[in-house]
Amino acid sequence: MKAWLPSLLRLALVVLLVAFVTNPGWFEPLLKPLTENNAPVIYNQGSLLTLTLLHLRIVLIATVAATVVAVALAILVTRPAGAEFLPLSRSLVNIGQTFPPVAVLALAVPAVGFGEKPTLIALFLYGLLPIFENALTGLTTLPANVTEAARGAGMTGWQRLTKVELPLSAPIILGGIRLSVVIGLATATIGSTVAAKTLGEVIIAGLLSNNLAFILQGGLIVAALAVLIYDGLSAVERYTARRMGREVE
Amino acid sequence: MIEIEGITKRYDSTTVVDDVSMVIEPRTVCVIVGTSGSGKTTLLRMINRLVEPTAGVIKLDGADNRSLPGYELRRSIGYAIQGHGLFPHRTVAQNIATVPVLLGWDKARIKARVDELMTLYQLDPDAFGPRYPHELSGGQQQRVGVARALAAEPNVLLMDEPFGALDPIIRNKAQEDLLAIQKRFGTTIILVTHDMEEAVHMGDKIAVMDAGKLVQYAKPAEILANPASAFVGTLVGASERPFRLLSLGRVRDAVEDGSAEGEAISGDASQRDALAELLWSGRPALPVKGADGKPLGRVTVDGLVKRAARPA
Repeated sequence: MKAWLPSLLRLALVVLLVAFVTNPGWFEPLLKPLTENNAPVIYNQGSLLTLTLLHLRIVLIATVAATVVAVALAILVTRPAGAEFLPLSRSLVNIGQTFPPVAVLALAVPAVGFGEKPTLIALFLYGLLPIFENALTGLTTLPANVTEAARGAGMTGWQRLTKVELPLSAPIILGGIRLSVVIGLATATIGSTVAAKTLGEVIIAGLLSNNLAFILQGGLIVAALAVLIYDGLSAVERYTARRMGREVE
Repeated sequence: MIEIEGITKRYDSTTVVDDVSMVIEPRTVCVIVGTSGSGKTTLLRMINRLVEPTAGVIKLDGADNRSLPGYELRRSIGYAIQGHGLFPHRTVAQNIATVPVLLGWDKARIKARVDELMTLYQLDPDAFGPRYPHELSGGQQQRVGVARALAAEPNVLLMDEPFGALDPIIRNKAQEDLLAIQKRFGTTIILVTHDMEEAVHMGDKIAVMDAGKLVQYAKPAEILANPASAFVGTLVGASERPFRLLSLGRVRDAVEDGSAEGEAISGDASQRDALAELLWSGRPALPVKGADGKPLGRVTVDGLVKRAARPA
């Protein structure tokens, strides 16, 4: 395959996605055959652009929160003082992951009400595990002679963490964030069942009114977002890995 | 001066270092030799408190090394390890500047020091400074590792098998460079190795360790002539002994009056090299020239063979 082909495909996908969410009317003829009985072709209970941005916002907030908590937790349990909490924190995070998203939503609604909050909680819990696992791997597989040299040079524990351990683990932690974002993008659509404003709204509206065009446009936007973000974060990850002198496996 | 007094390190019931006492004179090179698991690395790491001793005291210039927090102590002591341990995410210049930055030197002083060390180690600061460690050869990485250890002008430099990962030719060069730099800065060097050849070559004094105990601490010639135990004897290697003894002396010290034919050997070469040259070329004598190229006399096979005999 030619080297420029993947870049070209990505660019085309970005252009298509932006065009679709800003001017969905242009694509009406394409989707028209999927509707029956003169049903609306393009989602008409809100702008696709707004929904896309809200969808991204909710994933962003949840991922940032999950990153902060998961990385902090991983740092804590890899210090000598926190080592005994390692198994406990692992199982706590694992429980977060085994809970089905729908169950989290259902349980969160009575506690925090309908809307964005229960979705944020679910996404946050879902984002924790991949980031935590990767941060643990990153922090525990640092080259021994490098950490030894850092101690020998007279770095304090904090300096070793911020100047050596975290930078060197960054590519692996980024890998965890990437997984977590993609899971989040998909899970956020379910949030619409508890009245969060996400692209799931479009899909659910389509399912309720038996409108294939709605289902397809909601699904495709989410899919395109996931592919592009996954791709972008992979590139960032490869760049950081090179910068940190670590090879991506 | 480094005074090690009754240092012991135990992990649970295993004693890794057992009641070691020794004094290392300032501005000398002390080599600690021993087999794997003899406790030599642990002993070294107790000097800069990467390992805390179970019992005993280590004094640096009279001051207990526990009078400072560990990280501050370590900033004042150079530390170079096998496989260099360079920070892969930092440039060569940033790696060398590690300790000066920790000590809060101003930028101009750091830059001047980094450039000085890189020049000293034959690495062009403009060409190599901005590179990353993985872009360097093994020998260059090792030099950067030592330069980093020397960056903050420490009085004491600890080295844990610093040349272990180098091929023999680069290793010889690295050893020579280190000795030259030691003379220039007057640094006290404590070097751990399992290689007796390296110990005899580098050390002003050699400390031999076995199973956590210091079995002999003496000048190289003394260790070669009078090994304190069978273990030291084995480490020295009976068949290597005369040649190692010769390698300690310079040709200029073995010069006899008279002249000889053929290519002259430098007075600074080791007597071992001179003997090798004599044996290989089948000549009975070699002319010797001084650093200025003037003839000093000659060395003979007979003369060298006498010097290779066990000292009385």
